[in-house]
Amino acid sequence: MVDVTMKVNGKTVTKSVKGNMLMTEFLREELRLTGTHVGCDTSQCGACVIHVNGNAVKACTMFAGECAGAEVTTIEGMANKDGSLNVIQQAFQDHHGLQCGFCTPGMVMSASALLKENPKPSEAEIRHYLEGNICRCTGYHNIVKAILAASGQDVSAIAAE
Amino acid sequence: MPKDHGIGASQKRREDVRFLTGAGQYTDDINVHGQAYVCFLRSDVAHGRINKVDTAEAEAMPGVVRIFTGADFEGVGGLPCGWQVTDRFGQPMKEPAHPVLARGKVRHVGDPIAAVVADSLEEARNAAEAIVLDIEELPAAVNMKAALEAGAPRVHDDLSDNLCYDWGFVEDNRDAVDAAIKAAAHVTTLELVNQRLVANPMEPRVAVGDFNRATGDSTLYTTSQNPHVIRLLMGAFVLGIPEHKLRVVAPDVGGGFGSKIFHYAEEAFCTFAAKAINRPVKWTSSRAEAFLSDAQGRDHVTKIELALDKDNNFTAIRTSTLANMGAYLSTFASSVPTWLHGTLMAGNYKTPLIYVNVKAVFTNTVPVDAYRGAGRPEATFQLERVIDKAARELGVDPIALRRQNFITQFPYATPVAVEYDTGNYVATMDRLEEIADLSGFAARRKASEAKGMLRGLGVNCYIEACGIAPSNLVGQLGARAGLYDAATVRVNATGSISVMVGAHSHGQGHETVFPQVIAEMLGIDESMVEIVHGDSSKIPFGMGTYGSRSLAVCGSAMVRATEKIINKSKKIAAHMMEAAEADIELKDGKFSVAGTDKSVAWGDVTLAAYVPHNYPLEDIEPGLEETAFYDPSNFTYPSGAYACEVEVDPGTGKVTIEKFAAVDDFGNVVNPMIVEGQVHGGIGQGIGQALLENCVYDENGQLLSASFMDYAMPRASDVPFYQVDHSCATPCTHNPLGVKGCGEAGAIGSPPSVVNAVIDALQSGGHNVTHIDMPVSPHRVWQAMNG
Repeated sequence: MVDVTMKVNGKTVTKSVKGNMLMTEFLREELRLTGTHVGCDTSQCGACVIHVNGNAVKACTMFAGECAGAEVTTIEGMANKDGSLNVIQQAFQDHHGLQCGFCTPGMVMSASALLKENPKPSEAEIRHYLEGNICRCTGYHNIVKAILAASGQDVSAIAAE
Repeated sequence: MPKDHGIGASQKRREDVRFLTGAGQYTDDINVHGQAYVCFLRSDVAHGRINKVDTAEAEAMPGVVRIFTGADFEGVGGLPCGWQVTDRFGQPMKEPAHPVLARGKVRHVGDPIAAVVADSLEEARNAAEAIVLDIEELPAAVNMKAALEAGAPRVHDDLSDNLCYDWGFVEDNRDAVDAAIKAAAHVTTLELVNQRLVANPMEPRVAVGDFNRATGDSTLYTTSQNPHVIRLLMGAFVLGIPEHKLRVVAPDVGGGFGSKIFHYAEEAFCTFAAKAINRPVKWTSSRAEAFLSDAQGRDHVTKIELALDKDNNFTAIRTSTLANMGAYLSTFASSVPTWLHGTLMAGNYKTPLIYVNVKAVFTNTVPVDAYRGAGRPEATFQLERVIDKAARELGVDPIALRRQNFITQFPYATPVAVEYDTGNYVATMDRLEEIADLSGFAARRKASEAKGMLRGLGVNCYIEACGIAPSNLVGQLGARAGLYDAATVRVNATGSISVMVGAHSHGQGHETVFPQVIAEMLGIDESMVEIVHGDSSKIPFGMGTYGSRSLAVCGSAMVRATEKIINKSKKIAAHMMEAAEADIELKDGKFSVAGTDKSVAWGDVTLAAYVPHNYPLEDIEPGLEETAFYDPSNFTYPSGAYACEVEVDPGTGKVTIEKFAAVDDFGNVVNPMIVEGQVHGGIGQGIGQALLENCVYDENGQLLSASFMDYAMPRASDVPFYQVDHSCATPCTHNPLGVKGCGEAGAIGSPPSVVNAVIDALQSGGHNVTHIDMPVSPHRVWQAMNG
């Protein structure tokens, strides 16, 4: 067992955990932050994307111990300070960018990382960036549209409502 | 201006807020105090005789609570099949036992042999590895054709062979169809494979069993599309728990696509084990386990013949299909290639004679059952592909050939279905030609060719049959359940409303859509209405969500219950205003007396119902709560026309979807935004089937595509923006909302247009390719071009 201290969503936490505990389990079971989801066991699906020191990572690819001293943000830490949805979350709701909601936390975390490095991505750049996030419900149409909208681009010409 | 309220408004989804903030409550988010964890030891061979399962060493491992094997389930029922198909000769299908844990033999890779329950998941996994198995591997039946040959390995020793049933529909038409094909001016024949798929909802399955010693009640939390169906099947057929002692809860569920309809061994195990060890038991599927234990989809091998007269009118269709059942009959497996497939074979066309033959085959593979569309995509694919092939053989325009044969008068009874109530296939095709800009295709092809690419256009139509019903008909066809649904509308004292529904939302947005209907009917704000679903202890007995049935069936029950509420409220309002009941009008949440300025508010009436001081107690009971069960008189028949344009890179065979347009007739639409989202998602899965996905077993029955690294799920970069349109609406004539269902359309309607487009592209490049089986991968396209 090792003591691990990190800052999660602005709050410092210390837990004594096994060395082989993955970050997904640390967040979900130790901290009960269950918004980070596990959709596969090969790091393909992206439902567990979080930010570690500002970088988007799949939480299933890191041990909790590797995040010692890091600043971690999960989906639970993404809303505005007053609790309202942030720009990306709001765009997902406005443009129906989610259905069952299971891939959604990872999608929002990836989208947020994308817009930080590329504030006005093209459709193709968004689709390419989401390579590591699988959604089975939406056919991606409204996810891509929501991210375009969240970046302040006009989506009125995109087919359908 | 678009509506912002009630039926027809694209209201934003209220459930999104919790999903977007990580506050959703999925089954794996539930931990019950004191729970133990289960790890299933699954077969790594497709077929084998179990000589011994030695758990002695494993039982001594740290943290192990108990290890279960098949022997622990002696006297416990097997997993039931919910639909008995009768074969061509009047005999019932073969229905082998499906034990919770394997007994005697293992029959597919992934078949559970033992279950280790331990204090932690890690300890359960470690102990499972310490179980010593003595399994004698047997030759496996994998390929369906080979499995039907004499001397093939038998999946079930107690059955005479691997044929589950040989089904003919309509059997009485058989000779007439044969004669019509013989007499035809032209017959187009197509042999094809509708490949096996894996549903892969992003949330893997989870089951948490809990037993309360004080009350003797069992609770199962599970990832299900239909908690009451699971309660009934598991309680009555497997574990022998009466309904009032068993609660099944399906909370937020992360997608289903059919794969979460069925009752699975792991659910029964966790419920059983929780009682046996007197401790909650939790199982969370890994994705690898999902590939080996979730029921898979499609897997048909088909020959279809389309006969035409000299004027190109369709005169007959004859099909012959092998349908893979896998190793056991999953809950609704037997109905998929029969009643959900054969009855669709007329499509949008007036073909007078149809005969469908289906042989269902047991193989040493994971069971196959309904996956988005369930039989209907298989029917649509073969029909729309053979029509395209016929058009090419006859040198006629594929759209013109379709138009010529469209059903144009409704209602219309096809030779294989109950009656289509409404539709307008001509208008739908007109609209498709317009929104997909088909007249501009030639110029786009030229532009592609200038880049060295081949461009193809593929079009197809589809019909769907949703809201499977009525119960008395499906009962005659072999269904072992009714297919009604139920809703309870509970109006609270201050006027807010809780609606308990049998439908289950796992992405469809019921929590938003259903209140829109009630708000429209009562003239109140949606925020006053909340939907309760997914908990058998809270909701009336309803059949859940699949087959695009929620709004058409459960929504209709909700409308009926709300009508009862309105009738009773009017009685109360009449009493309060000392007026005749017949004069009471409900509008904008207010009851008024016709022709006067007298009125009482919705909240005044609801309060009176619960504080009945000034109340007609001699005529009506206090309270305001009504339940309705709705059993539809017919299926609903959505239809549509889809167009796909692809570019094929002749150097690599890679297919890129350049344009996709879908025109659907769903009847009335309550929330256009959600309906369009359903179509997008269906098309995404249809493109996945057409270009990417393939569930492949080797000759020994090993699943080669058992992870997201091997099974090609569509990514964002594999698909385009879709144009979708539902403006050609012919409302359903037999349900109160005039709705038809939209959940599966995209997955049914899209694969043929993609493949038709690829063939068109190759033909335009001078390649005489008439068919490529899905997935139309670069490898297959390149081989076809260079074959």
